[in-house]
Amino acid sequence: MCLAIPGKIVELVPGPESWAIVDVVGLRRTVDISLVADDGAGPGDWVLIHVGFAMSKISEEAAVEQMQMLQLLGETASALEEVSGYGAGHPPDIWPGAPPGS
Amino acid sequence: MKFVDEFREPELITQTAAEIRRLADPKRHYRLMEVCGGHTHAIYRFGLKDLLPENLELVHGPGCPVCVLPMGRIDDGLAIAQDPNVIFAAFGDMMRVPGANGSPLQHKARGVDIRIVYSPSDALKLAELNPSRHVMFFAIGFETTAPSTALTLMRARARGIRNLSIFSNHVTIIPAMRAILDSPDMRIDGFIGPGHVSTVIGCRPYEWIAANEHKPVVVAGFEPLDILQSIVMILRQLNKGCAQVENQYRRVVPWEGNRAALKAINEVFKLRAYFEWRGMGFISQSALAVRESYAEWDAEQLFATPGLRVTDPKAAQCGEVLKGVLKPAQCKLFGNECTPEMPVGALMVSSEGACAACYSYERRKHELVAVGA
Repeated sequence: MCLAIPGKIVELVPGPESWAIVDVVGLRRTVDISLVADDGAGPGDWVLIHVGFAMSKISEEAAVEQMQMLQLLGETASALEEVSGYGAGHPPDIWPGAPPGS
Repeated sequence: MKFVDEFREPELITQTAAEIRRLADPKRHYRLMEVCGGHTHAIYRFGLKDLLPENLELVHGPGCPVCVLPMGRIDDGLAIAQDPNVIFAAFGDMMRVPGANGSPLQHKARGVDIRIVYSPSDALKLAELNPSRHVMFFAIGFETTAPSTALTLMRARARGIRNLSIFSNHVTIIPAMRAILDSPDMRIDGFIGPGHVSTVIGCRPYEWIAANEHKPVVVAGFEPLDILQSIVMILRQLNKGCAQVENQYRRVVPWEGNRAALKAINEVFKLRAYFEWRGMGFISQSALAVRESYAEWDAEQLFATPGLRVTDPKAAQCGEVLKGVLKPAQCKLFGNECTPEMPVGALMVSSEGACAACYSYERRKHELVAVGA
């Protein structure tokens, strides 16, 4: 739970909530990026993810260091388990107020 | 020492450890507290104690949210879970934490609907997928996790989802540090400040510790070099006779914290008048309750709970270990009646608990020594 896992934003999910597809060690997960929106986080940026939410924008170098650190801590398996566990479809299939069939 | 070769920049680590030995006055005994459970885990995992001089002691702090939760809160959450319409959702870390009548995992084995989620958003998704059921998320964590819970309730409101609630056990780190400083049996010379909590709250909230208590606080990262460097920074301050807040983890922690995260916390939560911490008793304004404006999503308003205080098993000395008065191995149950497989106290459950970390790494080290490895 207290892990911070680095990931790279691949694309933003359109809609009223701030979601993005993030590449986390090769897995593509939907992550809430509203807490780093003020930092202008967008595709290509690295973020630190905690319980499915991007908490801070970091440099690529810091991301690599963080991944090595998780490995040293023996936490790679738990990190992968956590990331795999993030619901694949956090944003609702249909946004509230969206026209039917959209 | 075994792990040093595996580290990045092993030379820098050796140099930093040498600098610590040079700075530590042999006539003094230093007690530095690492506040965060993540640091406790790293310190044991990397065997950092072996690199430090004997007169520099690291005291494990209260920064493991699972460990400081009093047993009665787990029982209250599990009491709500007995309602057949309720789905009890919690992080995996909570699953083996013992309540008075068993852990969430044991309740699951008895047929209670208990699910592991990895994000509060997953609890929201569960509620959307199960519109006829009520999903109760057992929310836990310091300021690092509270914004995620807050945003989830904000999303629930915006999406019009009413079959979700949270049982808030969110706690705040600053009042716990104040309680430690106020405790007469604690003498701490300086703090290794929590890294990830500080990404949210920033460094300013520690300034009173430097200004009023004259203790250095250095917010630190989690790599061996980060922790050793933060110890150097604390020793330099102590030797100069000054006390400041410094940020060693600047590559991740902004001095001002994360404004959007603080705003989300403030939107959904208010401070409780007091909250019980395992081993530390009641600490005023140390936890977060859901605001009235979000009462529809507050499990404490929606459900009646026994609200009983459950005392820890008498022989377990979790409280003393949590306050840093006892080392994990000094507890009578450590390693015999209380192990990570069959934990009696919460400190043995979470990998960030001092007892679990000590058990996993120190014991292994002793076994290696015993077989001559």
